[in-house]
Amino acid sequence: MKKLLNTLYITSQGSYLSKDGECVVVKSAEGQKKRFPVHVLDGVVCFGNVLCSPFLMGHCAEKGLSLSFLTERGRYLAAVHGPQSGNVLLRREQYRQADDPDAAARVARGVVAGKVANSRAVLRRCLRDYSDRVDVERVQGAVGVLDGCARRLRSPVSLDEIRGLEGLAANTYFGVFDELVLSKEQAFGFNGRVRRPPLDNVNCLLSFVYTLLAHDVRSALEAVGLDPQVGFLHRDRPGRPGLALDMMEEFRSFLADRLVLSLINRGEVETKGFTKKESGAVFMDDNTRKTVLTAWQKRKTDEVTHPFLSEKIPLGLAFHVQARLLARYLRKDLEGYPPFFWK
Amino acid sequence: MMGEEAEILPLSALQHFLYCPRQCALIHIEKVWEENRFTAEGRILHTRVDSGDSGKRGQVSEDRAVPIRSQRLGLYGVADVLEMRPGPDGKSIPFPVEYKRGSPKIEPWDRAQLCAQAICMEEMLDVEIPEGAIFYGTPRRREKVVFNQELRELVQINCQQMHELMKNGVTPQAEYGQRCRGCSLVRACMPKLGKKQKVETYLLKGLQE
Repeated sequence: MKKLLNTLYITSQGSYLSKDGECVVVKSAEGQKKRFPVHVLDGVVCFGNVLCSPFLMGHCAEKGLSLSFLTERGRYLAAVHGPQSGNVLLRREQYRQADDPDAAARVARGVVAGKVANSRAVLRRCLRDYSDRVDVERVQGAVGVLDGCARRLRSPVSLDEIRGLEGLAANTYFGVFDELVLSKEQAFGFNGRVRRPPLDNVNCLLSFVYTLLAHDVRSALEAVGLDPQVGFLHRDRPGRPGLALDMMEEFRSFLADRLVLSLINRGEVETKGFTKKESGAVFMDDNTRKTVLTAWQKRKTDEVTHPFLSEKIPLGLAFHVQARLLARYLRKDLEGYPPFFWK
Repeated sequence: MMGEEAEILPLSALQHFLYCPRQCALIHIEKVWEENRFTAEGRILHTRVDSGDSGKRGQVSEDRAVPIRSQRLGLYGVADVLEMRPGPDGKSIPFPVEYKRGSPKIEPWDRAQLCAQAICMEEMLDVEIPEGAIFYGTPRRREKVVFNQELRELVQINCQQMHELMKNGVTPQAEYGQRCRGCSLVRACMPKLGKKQKVETYLLKGLQE
């Protein structure tokens, strides 16, 4: 039975990870050792210069733990996988449906429906809670546009149109996202989503949390035997995890964005935690990164009722449930893909 | 035809199939939780095999963890214990013994698995095996199993159906029932999924203004 377990994030540079019996031993560059039993872990994520013994890699692969390597700033590099890699019949079905525009549109519609409804719910929640502190008319206008997107998605739509609606929804939502940043500090001003590199503090936080989300979604997809690279909404591009990006659409606004907003609005991250490079690119320091990681881990333990299954689950399991629902849909146990609607 | 190398299936699959064809498909087609399940099963088997000693007990010689297979059934696997008992004409008669952690069941799952093992051994040794036994952990007792025609036919028919299922590669729809409660795959199986609301209705509700 799948349980929500901890992810071990290693951010200290020069750490060495090894296996001792059923434990992961983390030795810091200064020589201090910490031990973590394998059975309480779901994955290990190494940031930057973190070394790992081959025996630990093998053990993780065998136990089904995800072991991933990211750059210090969170760009995905590699992961360790064991010899078994899921179900080839499921992956073939995924490829067939991804190749067929009508079949792809059916999955993409579900995914974008989740994105639109959840983005709208985030804006509505903001209107409800902070009507005195936001430009109500502006946010209301964005909600109106998202309502329009939702209306279009109520009947079957072509893949191109779905992609158009996804773009419109994203632009509309990020067009008013600055209203959701309640901190009056200039440093947390937001002028639209910028990536690679992020040019302001808010984008820097968003990019990092999206990396964490992508990592967890990707592991969930791999765990049910789906190919995270082959998407339905996102076109194939070498090196891009298309299906992980598809499934992230449902979670970005209410999970990732709201986490970033609460870190800023509650003052848990501070201006001094960020540095601007010559190029204008913004980076966060180690402590800020740790604050974000801790908040992310904690958020995943929050209980939610899965809207389709009507079962209580920790939020961190929602990725696995969605991956499984997608697999079950592709294998024809379900007549459609039910996205995660946030209430 | 069943015994072609590529089509050969593990003995455990037959037991899964008898318990629930969907469980069998989830494990052997969808590869759901295969790793966890098999590592766990393997570990249990090993402690048992390692603790036991092969050798002779009186006139009965005993071999543990015996690899077996049958072309006719298209099955392969490992028998826990194979006893060789002296027969009336001086030739020894194989007597398979399987160890189970649980208690004896009314359903024929365990007996069929043992019978399939016997059929494998009959094919390999070219002898007839009339009976064997299952040792249950609770209570710690041996239950004798007679390999009668009825049981052999049950094995034969289920093997055939299982091979067809594997060849088609289509996972059967779930049927929610009593068995689901004792099934370790219930989370992955989602047996009540078909009885939930229609996905389209759910989608439309989520998209409402």
